[in-house]
Amino acid sequence: MAAVFYISSAVAVVATLLTITCRNAIHALLYLIVSLLAVAIDFFVMGAPFVAALELIIYAGAIMVLFIFVVMMLNMGEHAGETALDVFKPRAWAGPSLLALVLLAEIAALVSRQSAPLSGVEISSKQVGVALFGPYVIGVELASLLLTAGLLGAYHLGRKAVTREDEVHGIDTRQSRAVTGDPVVSAGAGRSSHAA
Amino acid sequence: MSALYPLLIIAVVLGIVLNLAGGLIWVERRLLALWQDRYGPNRVGPFGLGQVVADSVKLFTKEDWIPPFADKPVFVLAPAVVVATSLLAFAVIPFAAGFVIADLSVGILFLLAASSLGVYSVVLAGWSSNNKYALLGGLRATAQMLSYEVFMGLSLMGVVIMAGSFRLGDIVEAQRHMWYVVPQFAGFVMFLIAGVAETRRLPFDLAESESELIAGFHSEYSGMKFGMFFVGEYIGVILISAMLTLCYFGGWLGPVLPGPVWFGLKTMAFICLFILFRAALPRPRFDQLMSWGWKVLLPLALLNLLVTGAAVLLLR
Repeated sequence: MAAVFYISSAVAVVATLLTITCRNAIHALLYLIVSLLAVAIDFFVMGAPFVAALELIIYAGAIMVLFIFVVMMLNMGEHAGETALDVFKPRAWAGPSLLALVLLAEIAALVSRQSAPLSGVEISSKQVGVALFGPYVIGVELASLLLTAGLLGAYHLGRKAVTREDEVHGIDTRQSRAVTGDPVVSAGAGRSSHAA
Repeated sequence: MSALYPLLIIAVVLGIVLNLAGGLIWVERRLLALWQDRYGPNRVGPFGLGQVVADSVKLFTKEDWIPPFADKPVFVLAPAVVVATSLLAFAVIPFAAGFVIADLSVGILFLLAASSLGVYSVVLAGWSSNNKYALLGGLRATAQMLSYEVFMGLSLMGVVIMAGSFRLGDIVEAQRHMWYVVPQFAGFVMFLIAGVAETRRLPFDLAESESELIAGFHSEYSGMKFGMFFVGEYIGVILISAMLTLCYFGGWLGPVLPGPVWFGLKTMAFICLFILFRAALPRPRFDQLMSWGWKVLLPLALLNLLVTGAAVLLLR
């Protein structure tokens, strides 16, 4: 099982690197999906099948689909990748590299102190649930508050804009035409006069 | 021997599912013809069974054309994704007690994950074709599958609460005294609707509605790549039928006949129901489809979950 862990971890690292360096947005997102799948395998091998399944359903199955959906709608041209070329200049890399090195040092320290990550004990979904609604319930509640706020915000932003005039006359075109005095044109009206 | 046993199951499952998916093309055409008062394909071989072979020979020998304006790697990847993800889901389906490839403790979640990954095939096919009808079909498919996935999972959770396990084998065993279709009838209906939408079958085939979008997301596909979408759709139908059988109709449980036979009969009945839907129901408009999903079925699924949870706690 250790071999599976290291292979999928390597896939995750390579796929993430390709996500960053790929200039085609959709291809980059595809590599990110591969990376998420590899991380899900890691979770599974480490004895957390519930987290692995959620990673697949929520991250790979829903959030990334929305990302691709948005990129599809944007319909970026062939030269869209060229605007991102600045990212490949060495100066832009200094800050992120420093931060990544700190993280790498932390991981190295953690790995050297702890024994092998594969305990071989499976954490059941029941244990996850008990932990979430026991000691970590405050985190769950905070997350739900945040999601509710996001939902309300999305509802507010996505509401159909209603102008003052619409409120007075209603948004029915037939009515507003009657008010402004424009003739009401129904579908097929011109055609029937042709026939006559 | 014990090391070979899973391989044997894999071979048997692959053989049955792929052949059934191919055979379903003939079954669907014959059944549609029956319900629409005509003959259907009945010329090639006995009962027209040779039609399947003739069709597959035609698909394999057709020119496999990739449009020059398409994004080639993604264009090739897309049809493989739909078949791969739906076949992957069969890994956790128990066809009889102990006859399962991987008896995962999160079996039902794995099924949902595999079916949600199937969305990528239509999205990527629509995008990589670089064609406006394909893109529209891809957009429709994405919006539809994302919306219907939400309460597809939620409607199944009622079953999970009652069985107290995500493992499909446990869920079937928990139905020894009563099939879950009785206490979870609302969940069953919602899951059936979501399942039809998830497989993009009529009446929910707006992603490829030929009267407005040519063929939707697979307009640019020909030859065996188109065949993969075709077969993938039928594998999806078999998968949803198998899930319905396992979660609501007692899986392999049944009197007299052996387990796998019961499982096959029940699954086949649902497949025929899917085909009857196609023969009987008209397509809704796309905005009706979306508002129906979010405004009616999602609240109902949440309500069902709430009531089931309360009832299970009260009766404990």
